[in-house]
Amino acid sequence: MAEPLLRVEKLVRRFGGITATDNVSLDVAAGELHAIIGPNGAGKTTLISQLTGHLEPHSGSVSLDGRDITYLPAYRRCALGLARSFQITSLLLDFTAADNVALAAQAHAGHSFRFFANARKEKGLRDAAHAALDRVGLLHRADVVVSRLSHGERRQIELAVALASKPKLLLLDEPMAGLGVTESQNMVKLLQELRKEVSIVLVEHDMPAVFALADRISVLVYGRVIASGDPAAIRANEDVKRAYLGDQHVVTHHG
Amino acid sequence: MKTFSVSKAVTALMLAGLVVLPLYSNLSGNVFILTLFTRIVILALAAASLNLIMGFGGMMSFGHAAYLGIGGYAVGMLAQEGIGSGFIQFPVALAASAIYALVIGTLSLRTRGVYFIMITLAFAQMAYYVASGLARYGGDDGLTVYKRSDFSGLINLSNRTQFYYLCLACLFAVIFLIWRIVNSRFGLVVQGLRSNEQRMQAIGFPAKRYQLVCFVISGTMCGLAGALLANNTDFVSPAVMYWTRSGDLMVMVILGGMGTLFGPVMGAVVYLLLEEFLSQLTEYWALIMGPLLLLIVLFGRGGIMGLLGRLNRG
Repeated sequence: MAEPLLRVEKLVRRFGGITATDNVSLDVAAGELHAIIGPNGAGKTTLISQLTGHLEPHSGSVSLDGRDITYLPAYRRCALGLARSFQITSLLLDFTAADNVALAAQAHAGHSFRFFANARKEKGLRDAAHAALDRVGLLHRADVVVSRLSHGERRQIELAVALASKPKLLLLDEPMAGLGVTESQNMVKLLQELRKEVSIVLVEHDMPAVFALADRISVLVYGRVIASGDPAAIRANEDVKRAYLGDQHVVTHHG
Repeated sequence: MKTFSVSKAVTALMLAGLVVLPLYSNLSGNVFILTLFTRIVILALAAASLNLIMGFGGMMSFGHAAYLGIGGYAVGMLAQEGIGSGFIQFPVALAASAIYALVIGTLSLRTRGVYFIMITLAFAQMAYYVASGLARYGGDDGLTVYKRSDFSGLINLSNRTQFYYLCLACLFAVIFLIWRIVNSRFGLVVQGLRSNEQRMQAIGFPAKRYQLVCFVISGTMCGLAGALLANNTDFVSPAVMYWTRSGDLMVMVILGGMGTLFGPVMGAVVYLLLEEFLSQLTEYWALIMGPLLLLIVLFGRGGIMGLLGRLNRG
C-alpha cells in the first residue's frame, strides 16, 4: 500500500483527568475525502487542533507525506501543504475578501519581508486571490470588507483562503456550521467539486452532507475511534448506532 | 478621481502650515512659535513611530519614550566625549535604539495584551533608572549638550530655521516610509496579525518574526526623534524616558487617530498646543486638559481623524 498522505498514529491528548484524544490512529490516502464524525464532546476539535498544530499531543505522531509533523508549529505545517478552515469563522474582519485570500497566497509566495512595493498591486497575488474567490463563487464580493459579508459568505471565504495556499490536504472544521438549507446545499456542491482537486479531512455534524461526500468515515466517541470505513459500513455498524442513540435514525436514513 | 474630504483638507492645511511656519516666524519676529513647533514636529515624529506598532501593528507599547532617551543620550554622551559629528552621533543613536528594540521586543513579544503593555513599561522604567545612575553623564540631573550635532557645513543645527526644516524633513520622510510599509507585503502581514493572529498563523505566517521587525523599525524611528530632541533642548535627562512621557505619546496617537497616516501628527499638534495654551491660562491646566481628552476619546472614536471622517459623511 502506498504511503498515506496523512498518517495519525496513537495520538493521545489529555486535559487534566479527561483523555480527549485516546489512542487515535487514522490514515488519509491522497485524493480521499475522509470524514470524522462523532457526538458533541467526542474530541473532534481537539483532534483537528493537533493536526493543525494549535495543540500539542502528549504522545503519538502525525505525519504528512511521510514527514513527521507532530511538533511543528502551525505556520510550518501550512507551508508543507496543510490548510484549514475554522469551525468558528476566523477571518481578518477589517480586510476585504480579496485581501484575506491574497494574504494566504502571499504566505506561500516567498517571505514577506518586503517593505516598499505595494502588495495590493502585485498581480500574481491578486490573480491568485481572485481565482480562489471565483472557485467558491464569491468573485463579485472581492472588494467588500469581510465584516460586511453574511455568515454564509464568510464560510465560503474561509474555504477560499484555505484554497489559496494550494494545499495538499484541506482540514475543514464544520464548514456547514450555521448555514441555512440552501447555503448548505451549495457548500456540499462546492466540496464535491473541490474533492476532485485536493484531499480533504472533513469534520462535520451535518450527517446527510457527510454521507453524501465521504469516501471513508471515522467515528469518534469519547476520544476513541470506534469505527472506520466506507459510508455503507459505518451505517451498518452496531457500535456506531449505539453511540448515536437518539441520532440513530439520522445515520440510517440518509445518504 | 479623488473626492474631496474634510479630513484630507484639514491634513493638507496642517501640513502646509507646518511648511510655511518659519516664514511667519521670521516675518513676525515671533521666535517662540518656531521653538514650540520644532518640539511639536519632533514629538509628532515620535508619535508617528509609535503609531506604526500601536495603530497598524496592534502592539500597545507603553515604553516608547525610552527611545527618546536612548537617541538623546547617544547624542549627549558622544558630544561629552568629544565626538561632535552628527554623521557619527545620529547613526549611533539609531543603532542603539534598534538594538534596544530588538532585545526588548524579543522578550516582550512573548506576551500579549496587558502583559505586553506592562513589560514594555517595565523595561522603559529600567532604562530610566539606568540613565539616572549614569554619574559620569549627569545622573538624575541630566546632561547638557553644549554643542549641537555638527554636520560639517551641510546643515547648521544651531540655526533655528534650518533645524526646524531638518526636523520637518525627518518627519515627512518617516511618514513616507510608514506609508510605503503599511501597504507593502510586510505591512499587510503586520496588520493582519493585529486583526487576527490565529488566522495568520494558520495561513502560514510566523507571527513573532514580523512583529519583532516592526517593533525594531518603530523603535529606530523614535530614536531619530530622540537625537533631534536632544539637539532641540541642548539637554537630555532621564525625565524624557519617564513613563508619563510614554503616556503622552500614546495620548497623541489615540487623540489624532490610531492607524491613520497623519493622525499622530494631528494628535501631537493639538495635544502640545493645548498644553501650551492651557498652561498659560491657569496653573491647573491639567484639570481642563484631562476632561477634554476624555471627551474626544469617548465621543470621537478614531480620534480627530475619525471625527473629521464623520463630518464628511454627514
